[in-house]
Order: sequence, then C-alpha cells, then structure tokens
Amino acid sequence: MWRYIAKRLLSMIPVLIGVSFIIFTLLYFTPGDPASMVLGEQASEEAKNEWREEYGLNDSFWTQYFRYIKDIVTKGDFGDSYRNGRSVTSSLIDRFPTTFLLAVCTCVVAMLVGVVLGIVAANHQNSWIDAIARVFGMIGISMPMFWFALLLIMFFAVKLQWFPVSGFYGPRYVVLPAIALGLTHAASLMRITRSSVLDCIRQDYVRTARAKGQTEGVITRHHILRNALIPIVTAAGTSFGIALGGAMIMEQIFAIPGLGRLMVDGINQRDYPIVRGAVMLLALSFSLVNLAVDMLYAYIDPRIKAQYQGASRKKQKTEAEEVQA
Amino acid sequence: MKTAEQQDTAIHEIKKRSMTGEVLSRLVRNKGAVIGFIIILIVVVACVLAPVIAPYHYDDQDISRKFLEPCADFIMGTDNLGRDIFSRLLYGGRISLQVGFIATGISALFGITLGAISGYYGGKIDNVIMRVLDIFMAIPNLLLAIAISASLGTGIASAMIAVGVSSIPQFARIVRGPILSVKGQEYIEAATAIDASDMRIIFRHLLPNVLSPIIVQITLGVANSIIAAASLSFLGLGVQPPQPEWGAMLSASRVYIVDHSYMVTFPGLAIALLVISLNLFGDGLRDAMDPRLKD
Repeated sequence: MWRYIAKRLLSMIPVLIGVSFIIFTLLYFTPGDPASMVLGEQASEEAKNEWREEYGLNDSFWTQYFRYIKDIVTKGDFGDSYRNGRSVTSSLIDRFPTTFLLAVCTCVVAMLVGVVLGIVAANHQNSWIDAIARVFGMIGISMPMFWFALLLIMFFAVKLQWFPVSGFYGPRYVVLPAIALGLTHAASLMRITRSSVLDCIRQDYVRTARAKGQTEGVITRHHILRNALIPIVTAAGTSFGIALGGAMIMEQIFAIPGLGRLMVDGINQRDYPIVRGAVMLLALSFSLVNLAVDMLYAYIDPRIKAQYQGASRKKQKTEAEEVQA
Repeated sequence: MKTAEQQDTAIHEIKKRSMTGEVLSRLVRNKGAVIGFIIILIVVVACVLAPVIAPYHYDDQDISRKFLEPCADFIMGTDNLGRDIFSRLLYGGRISLQVGFIATGISALFGITLGAISGYYGGKIDNVIMRVLDIFMAIPNLLLAIAISASLGTGIASAMIAVGVSSIPQFARIVRGPILSVKGQEYIEAATAIDASDMRIIFRHLLPNVLSPIIVQITLGVANSIIAAASLSFLGLGVQPPQPEWGAMLSASRVYIVDHSYMVTFPGLAIALLVISLNLFGDGLRDAMDPRLKD
C-alpha cells in the first residue's frame, strides 16, 4: 500500500510539471503588456524596459519557464506579484485556507444531501420521495450556481436577513455560499448515488440476504451501500474539483477573499505570477484529493486492496528473484 | 448476384431503420424527453427569429424608461439603461446557443479523434495522449476554461474555445474505453484482413459502437457548455457587454439585486429552462439508446 501511495505521489510530478507548462505557456502568449498595465500607458519605454528587466521578462520563453520551475522547486517561491511586488507564495498561503474551507463545507453539504437523498430515493424507487429527488436532481444540475446563489441572497440575506449578503468574517458568512455551491453538487451526487444503489439493489446477493431474513437496515448498510460506494466516492472526488472551480464564482458573488478572487483580480490586472500560482495550487490540491479518493477505494473494496498487495508482493518476489539471479 | 446484393442492402436498410425507429419510439414515450425537446425547439426558433419577434433592439437604450417592472409593454421589465430585458434575452439566447453548440462541437471533434486514436493504436501513442489528457484533467474544468479564456482575451470566440477545450478529455475518455474493448473482436480482424485502412476501421467499424454515449454526451455537453460560458461572462471573461449574453446580463444586474430583483430573475430562468430541457432530452436519449442503463 505504501508503495502504491509513493508511486502515485511520484506520478503526480510529471502531471504538475505539465500543468505548470500549460499555464505558463497560456499566460506567456496572452495579449497585453504587463509593463504598461502596471506603470500605465504613458510610462516611458525606458521605464517599462527597466521594469521588464527587473522581472526577467526580457529573457527567452524557456529561460523564464525554467527559472520559474527552479524557484518553485528549490525555494517554494512562486515569484512576485507585478502589482505590489509582494511574494505570491505568501499571498497564496493567506488566501488558500478560505477557499479550502469553502470547498470542504461545499463537499460536506453535497455529500450529506446528495448521498442521503440518493439512497432514500433508490430505496423507495417510483415513490413520491423518489419523484421529488429526481426533480431536485434535474433542477440542480441544470441551474447555474451563480444564479442560485443570487436567489439565495435575494431570499435569505435581503428579505429574511438571516445571513449576511457578503464578506467573510465568521461561520455565518460561509453558510450561503456553501449551500449555493453544495446543493448544486448534491444534485449530481444524488443522481449518481441513486443509480448506483439501484444497480446494487437488483443483485442476487441482496435477494439472498432478504431471503435469509436479514433486516432491511443491515441489508442497506452492509449489502447495498458497501457495494454502491465506489462510484459515489469517485463522484465525491470530482465534486471537490468542481467545488474548487465553483469557489471562484462564489468568492466573486459573496466578496470572499479567497484564491478565486485573487486569481480573477490577477487576470484583470494582468498579474500573471498570481494567476499561475493560484492555478498551480488548486491543481495540486485537486490531485491530492483524487489521490486520497484512490486510497479510499482500497479501504472500501477489499478486492482492490488485494490487487495492490498482490501486485506489490509479486513485484517483491520478482525483484528478489532478480537479486538472486 | 445483383439481386443478392440488393437484398442485402434492403435487409440492411430495414435493420437500420428499425434500430433508429425503436430508439425514437422509446424516446417519444418518455414524457420528460418530449417536453425537453419541445422547449429546446421553441427556444431555438425564438432565438433564431429574434430580430422578428423582439419588440426592441437589444441595445435600444432609453434612460427615461429605466427600471420598469414587468408590464404590458415590457413583459420582463427594463434594465438600468432602459433596455427591454425580453428582447435582450432573445438576442442573448443566440449567443448562448452558439457558444453551447460550437464549444461542444470543438470538444467532440478533438475528444473523439484523440480517444479513437488512443484506443485504436494503443501502446506509446495511447500513453502519450492519455498522459497529456491527465494533465488537463488535473485542472478543475471551470478553472481551465478561466485560464484559457484569460489568455485568449474576451469575446465570443474565446469563450467557445475556452469552454470547448476544457471538456475535450471527457469525450476522449468516453470513446477510448469502448474502442479498447471492441478492438479485439473478429470483425475488426476481418476488416484488417481485407486491408481496410485505419481510418476506415476507426470510422466505419469502431466508432459506431460508441455512437450512443457520444450522442448523449453531446446533448449533456451543450447544456454544460452553456452554463460554463455563462459562468465565464459572469466573471467578466468571455462575452462582454453590451452583448446580451445571459451570464453577462446576470452579472450586470447583480448590483441591482436588492431593489430590482426581476432583473436577476429572468436571465437566470432563461438559462435554467434551456439547460433543464437539454438535460431532460439527454437523459431521455440515454434511456432510449441503451435501455440497460435505465432504472
């Protein structure tokens, strides 16, 4: 198992290098001159050139790219913001917890509502609960989340004044964005859970369990859920990625000072080091969550665990043979 | 000889027709799919005929009639510049539909090609393509679209490319899996034996196997692209004002949410309605094409 984790962690390296290359290239060829954006159009060509020299923008593409990677790997340094010269790394560290918190709350809402509703709906297929769940699922996956967020603001913040409209100063400020984002994911999670559970309900071993007089609760928990869990966990992993992406929008609507705001502001101000850093960090956390999901598989499904162990044992064996030879 | 051939094609015709016919008849029996299809049709027609139907031009400003609540003259009210929201929605729908379909076209074209090549040739090519796609998958979809559209600048074309490129991996994955499993079948061997070209094998023999998931993915892809494009313009990327794109309209009206909530309601309703219909239709299509998947 540890071998597998180490292997997966290693395999993330080329992916992250690839991500950095894509983002770097995209932003390198972006139209618009950062020097004129920062110093103003009227600034003299000399001043602009000096500024470019200072940030190393006169070097070739490859020199710039390799310096960027080298600084990240050796010093954990994502460069300095064009705008205020502040270290991007420290801005990222400042902003990341907020976005991460929002994404986690979103996932909690999505899992609670989506998975529970999906299970209940599947267990009562074609009942009124199922009908409601399906309508909820259809509306949820179709409604643009930023519109849903605006509706929530209209109702709960403006009319009822239960929650603040915007800002980020305490737990109360997380509720609306987490619900707005969470319920939209809950819908897709609900759909996946429902069909996955329905799939398992029809299996022979469930009928066997019923035939031998097992209670419904145990059947649901041990026979159905355990088997239906894999696609659900996969979906939960992806939904974390969507939550990170959606957080960009929620932060914009609710004026939450997170990574997303930092990034969108960076795009508008042509502050590329900020944008690059934010994308890298989000891609890294997304990859780590997906790795965690893969680890979870092994705990949920003993067959998968056996595969890993079998593979590593086999490998150890062949390696041992090689040594002997 | 000729009669036999004719007979063969005749049988082929019947089989083909009955397959499509069966899917259609299943589709027609699905209430949701039918309703979805009708709404899509209405929206598409209304948007195409926008210059005829719309009572005003989308950029017809008149400050004296700003912030009018929905009434007989302006059935959805007017915005902060006195523009008729209904007319703007009709024109905006053209943009949303365009972006939705073309973006999905881009992702389908590249995704299917990459997936098919990857699955068919396997080995090194497969490895390279899939690793590159892994890189794209490591960036959350919306984030990738934001990054691409940031680098391409604003505008409809950049929104289409950004949204399209960001969903290429999904199509590639859908196509690759089934092709991998079908590749080993005898009829592919037979095709190879009679010296059919790789292109012919891929397009005539392999891709038809994945046709139904592709069609379903396209329908749902259009829905997702419309939302993604709206999200981009909501963030100030992609389509720009005064173009009446639905997401851009929502973004612009957000400031007036407290006093003039109808401005926020209608563009959102328009997106939701269109996307729900597309999803209903897509779900129905999936059930009709592959009854095994139906619960």
